[in-house]
Amino acid sequence: MDIFTQQLINGLVVGSIYALVALGYTMVYGILELINFAHGEVTMIGAMVALSVIGILMGTAPDLPGLMVVVAGLLLAIPACMALAFTIEKIAYRPLRKAPRLAPLITAIGVSIILQNLAMLVWGRQYVSFPAVLPRGQHEILGAHITDLQIVIVVLSLLTMAGLWLLVERTRLGRAMRATAQSREVAELMGVNVDRVISATFVIGAAIAALAGVMVSAYYGLAHYYMGFMLGLKAFSAAVLGGIGNIAGAMLGGLLLGVIEALGAGYIGDLTGGFLGSHYQDVFAFFVLILVLVFRPSGLLGERVANRA
Amino acid sequence: MPTGLDFFRERPRLAFVLLAGLLLLLPFLVGGGLGNAWVRVLDFILLYVLLALGLNIVVGYAGLLDLGYIAFYALGAYLYAWLASPHFGLHLPFWMVLPLGAALAGLFGVLLGAPTLRLRGDYLAIVTLGFGEIIRIFMNNLNAPFNLTNGPQGMNLIDPVSVAGQSFSSPLRIGELVIPSTYLYYYLFLAMTLLVILVAMRLQDSRIGRAWAALREDEVAAAAMGINTRNVKLLAFAMGATFGGLAGGLFAAFQGFISPESFTLWESILVLCMIVLGGMGNIPGVILGAILLTAIPEALRYIGDLQRAVLGHVVVDPADLRMLLFGVALVAMMLFRPAGLLPSRQRKREFGAQDAVAEQEQADLYDARA
Amino acid sequence: MRTKHLLSALFMAGALGLAGCGDKPAEESGAVIRIGSVAPLTGPQTHIGKDNENGARLAVDEINAQGLQLGGKPVKLELLGEDDQAEPKTATIVAQKLVDAGVVAVIGHLNSGTTIPASKIYHDAGIPQISPSATAVAYTAQGYKTAYRVMANDAQQGKALGQFAVVKMAAKKIAIIDDRTAYGQGLADEFEKAAKEAGGEVVAREFTNDKATDFTAILTSIKGKGADLVFFGGMDPQGGPMAQQMKRLGLSARLLGGDGLQNVNFLKLAGADAEGVVASSPGLPIDSMPGGPDFRKKFEAKYGVIQVYAPYAYDAVYALVDAMKRADSAEPAKVLAELPKVDIQGVSGPVKFDAKGDTVGGAVTLYEAKGGAWQVLETMK
Repeated sequence: MDIFTQQLINGLVVGSIYALVALGYTMVYGILELINFAHGEVTMIGAMVALSVIGILMGTAPDLPGLMVVVAGLLLAIPACMALAFTIEKIAYRPLRKAPRLAPLITAIGVSIILQNLAMLVWGRQYVSFPAVLPRGQHEILGAHITDLQIVIVVLSLLTMAGLWLLVERTRLGRAMRATAQSREVAELMGVNVDRVISATFVIGAAIAALAGVMVSAYYGLAHYYMGFMLGLKAFSAAVLGGIGNIAGAMLGGLLLGVIEALGAGYIGDLTGGFLGSHYQDVFAFFVLILVLVFRPSGLLGERVANRA
Repeated sequence: MPTGLDFFRERPRLAFVLLAGLLLLLPFLVGGGLGNAWVRVLDFILLYVLLALGLNIVVGYAGLLDLGYIAFYALGAYLYAWLASPHFGLHLPFWMVLPLGAALAGLFGVLLGAPTLRLRGDYLAIVTLGFGEIIRIFMNNLNAPFNLTNGPQGMNLIDPVSVAGQSFSSPLRIGELVIPSTYLYYYLFLAMTLLVILVAMRLQDSRIGRAWAALREDEVAAAAMGINTRNVKLLAFAMGATFGGLAGGLFAAFQGFISPESFTLWESILVLCMIVLGGMGNIPGVILGAILLTAIPEALRYIGDLQRAVLGHVVVDPADLRMLLFGVALVAMMLFRPAGLLPSRQRKREFGAQDAVAEQEQADLYDARA
Repeated sequence: MRTKHLLSALFMAGALGLAGCGDKPAEESGAVIRIGSVAPLTGPQTHIGKDNENGARLAVDEINAQGLQLGGKPVKLELLGEDDQAEPKTATIVAQKLVDAGVVAVIGHLNSGTTIPASKIYHDAGIPQISPSATAVAYTAQGYKTAYRVMANDAQQGKALGQFAVVKMAAKKIAIIDDRTAYGQGLADEFEKAAKEAGGEVVAREFTNDKATDFTAILTSIKGKGADLVFFGGMDPQGGPMAQQMKRLGLSARLLGGDGLQNVNFLKLAGADAEGVVASSPGLPIDSMPGGPDFRKKFEAKYGVIQVYAPYAYDAVYALVDAMKRADSAEPAKVLAELPKVDIQGVSGPVKFDAKGDTVGGAVTLYEAKGGAWQVLETMK
């Protein structure tokens, strides 16, 4: 039982990070129907910027408490990622709004390659380690180990998602975003500045991505210019699983994917008598995703739309 | 505007002869001028042209966004390795193995296509991506409990193509003239590519081709017109996969070694980039895209020499710059030619239309997809 | 009909070029001898790739500074570095490119997955290839007379590790993880064989991949099976977080790894949790070798900290030059004939080849992470 609890906790922590990154995909997709492939790289840049700030602070002011140093890193990473996402949207996506659908997808891939390689030039080819500045408290719950950091990650993720939900449902900007997602033309007629709303969507997604990037690198103790790709892919799968374009769906999809992966890797070997092992972890995740989509083609919480195109 | 192209357009026979001559002599020109390594690049270009033409059927003709296409390439390659290597001790000739590989890939195209029939657009993309990864992961892990693929170690010593006792992996000697292995494969790949181009062109102009176009433009309307969308979709998946499987078999024979590393998601994305960059649905465009995206990263290796020539020393490591410039090129091309370098006539019409009309069309499309 | 003349002229040029590129006597092109060096210089393994190239470059620069004479004439070595992106297809293209450029030998490639397909091209061209770091058994098992390596292969290293785990670390219940790369899986399989032979019980065989950072699921499962030793066949980017996650999950088993973990980056990535981790490295400890500390000093002054395989690339160049000196020529055929006789003291250990092209003896040294540095435990022969 304690092993099962532990696997559940493992999955929830990873899942909440997936969910945070998935929010960025889902928001952009909801409004533009664009898979923003570069979103994973924005997450990576967030982690890298934060690590640089942390490194500089530790060099100049070694007496600062660790938590403060990390928060300072995060506070600089967030605006950096927001500015980055704003620029990406303006340069690589906006001119292509009327282009065939796949054109912005290709620029997104291009931007993702550019960001990876720029990061490699700036931060080097090496894995960068996250300094051990955070307190390493540990607790035991039902025989399972859980660290302070894990609790912080899950709580912060949930708070962020709640905040985003309030923003989308309860503010003027949120209403404008929902209107734009429904129909860009009608929103424009109603006096919504669509360009500004789209920019805002990218920027908000990037701020959340920066948070996720810092969490990932703190949790695993490293950052690397390549880290955004896999994370982005998983998060995108999570967004689709939950129903892309749907914020609650991204949360659900992320958490589910995390738990499925953990339980899959943990139990698949014993369940199949060693025939399938943890090397099929990703197969398991994709398989569930495919099953869900085959039976619910718009994802778990996606709206069923009339099949018109 | 009279251009050189018009000159040839009026004299198709001359253009054909010149083109055929050029294609025949190309390895000698490239090999003599730039070295044998570039003939190898040429061989890979042809393989990618094959792949791009296959994916073009799925994405360009039928409008089904497939991000797992490389799986079919992998199936073709692995089947070749199973039937013509020491792994199982089988050494069947290539003319038997290649069609079998293509057929296996085609079968999988239908098997994997069937569950996705209800999915649209990006959902289809993620599911096909999933299938692509699943196949790669299986190839990477099936060395136990029974050794099917030799796992991450890959399969080695795969038989080369050989015709009338002449193995393509060793140079052909005709008197004084020595024709290296890469040249021989060039001609084989060229023949296959021409065959596939022919099939693709015939398909495009056939009833099926028109059904695909209808499906791509509006699935509901296509169904209303009496098109069996299920069969037409499956046929697109099958045809595309068949070409992929063929290319995979050729790849295995050419390399002599395959491992799952060659069939990553990145390869699927690369092939997709080729057809979008060149111009979806348009055969010359797709070919151009494949040529550019295979050759550009290779050509960019020379930036180091360029820096040395211009600046006297290497400022930025060319290896660092290569992929960066590749990314910049992708973005720039899309910004300036969003419909691709050589858009299909139909798409050109859409784009060439008066702005208001184009906008309206685009808006209609948008509404239809929402 | 000027086009026709142009075409025939081009054809002639092509044919001439073709005839020319068949067998270019490298020695005649001045006194410069070109050697290729191939490793991934882009992608996730870039830092290790650059390390290999730097190791080879240091050796080449030293040899040039000392002055090399072949056939009574002074010659200069030139190192051509190429990027294979750790990708089999690119590996064959750059291999061909080096052959075209008239290299007399190649130091590379880094990964087994690229070394094997490229070896076919070097074999066909008849030029020697010495890989500093490809450890897959299959590389030298192809029967190519051109394929050599200076590092103990997976079988040699896995065997030493398996015995060490059971005999010296007294492991009873062993869990094995590999990263599903040619390197990780090869090493883990050989380890499993040796550990079982020595009487250890393998209670779990788990897997991850070379891009993963989260191992909590498999580690939790391993914890449930009560393993007292975890062997990981893979590299430091996975090993570092794995060591951390083991501690975090309260797993008391010790972590054991191969040369993929025995490097500075692992210590950095694992932080305090590296303490007590044991990892092996083929060859003898650099600092105990004659010329070893000197090598470290020179390398670090020029390129910074040694990542992993730089000493092997360095030794590979010296082994090659030893064969050239014995042949008194840089002609590939003559060098090939002398390579089996190579016998030098490298910075990673003595370099001598067996009939297949593997290193003879293949000593493996085990290290333990203590106080943020690798301490030598013992060398196994």
